[in-house]
Amino acid sequence: MNRLLLIPLGLFIVLVLFLLVGLRRDPHEVPSPLINKPAPEFQLPQLQKPNATFSAKEMHGKVWLLNFWGTWCVACREEHPLLVQFAKTGVVPIYGVDYKDERGAALQWLNEFGNPYTQTAFDVDGRVSIDYGVYGAPESYLIDRNGVIRFKQIGPITEDVWQNKILPLAKQLNQ
Amino acid sequence: MKRALILFLFLISLGPLALAKDAQPVEDPQIEQRMQALTQQLRCLVCQNETLADSRADLAEDLRREIRGQMRAGKSDQEIIAFLTQRYGNFVLYKPPVQPTTYLLWFGPFVLLLAGTLLLYRYLRRRRELIQDQPLTAAERKQAEELLRQ
Repeated sequence: MNRLLLIPLGLFIVLVLFLLVGLRRDPHEVPSPLINKPAPEFQLPQLQKPNATFSAKEMHGKVWLLNFWGTWCVACREEHPLLVQFAKTGVVPIYGVDYKDERGAALQWLNEFGNPYTQTAFDVDGRVSIDYGVYGAPESYLIDRNGVIRFKQIGPITEDVWQNKILPLAKQLNQ
Repeated sequence: MKRALILFLFLISLGPLALAKDAQPVEDPQIEQRMQALTQQLRCLVCQNETLADSRADLAEDLRREIRGQMRAGKSDQEIIAFLTQRYGNFVLYKPPVQPTTYLLWFGPFVLLLAGTLLLYRYLRRRRELIQDQPLTAAERKQAEELLRQ
């Protein structure tokens, strides 16, 4: 009889463990199915030069970081100074996709807060951001020499993410 | 004066009508209906407890537009769902697919039910063994009847 009483206790402990792990996880971080898949191709007008284009194909053979942002995105403003700082290290070039935005506002933003992007593509209707499965700006993708996505950051890149995830992986991919 | 008032009221009454017109989909009603039915089964990634049909998030609006476009282009519901899961993962599906990682989710409750039934069966059988049938003696029966009569 006493042994039978241990069963509910055991189940309770299992439940508590599940909750302990489950409640600490951020439900907004949905694992991307695009990890280790080729980065979707795109060709977009550049932010600074509307007549020139930027395409993902140009980046073949390079390790690069693709950052989706917009002036309407509050978290992007928080991330921006860090991006400027990271760009200065020169470890990995940062390319931007300014999406669902106004060109004037975006240009002003870059003038005001500094421009960490080697180049910025302008995605007016957000079609490319849908192809990349972006749902919580800012989002960043680390793409390797073969054009394969190796890492995705949902939400702003923090100092910690940069130092412990992006930097080591970028160095390893660059070897 | 009266006429002006009537005109004024008339114009006011047109307001909601104009708004209603704006909100109405200019779409083919058949596609709109199909889109509604499909997006009811899909999760919006921005406000995760809402369906793609109900959500007013920007992304949901864009995705509904995308889905309409694909439907007009003759894509099947399956193809559209594949399009979305390729980008956002199975998380967008309110009904997860049956695959090794979701076996526990799909079959776990039945396993628990089976285990519970087995435990209950064993418990009841053991309890039956504990009950010993002891018929009352004549004196006990008489005592019981007296108690009942009171």
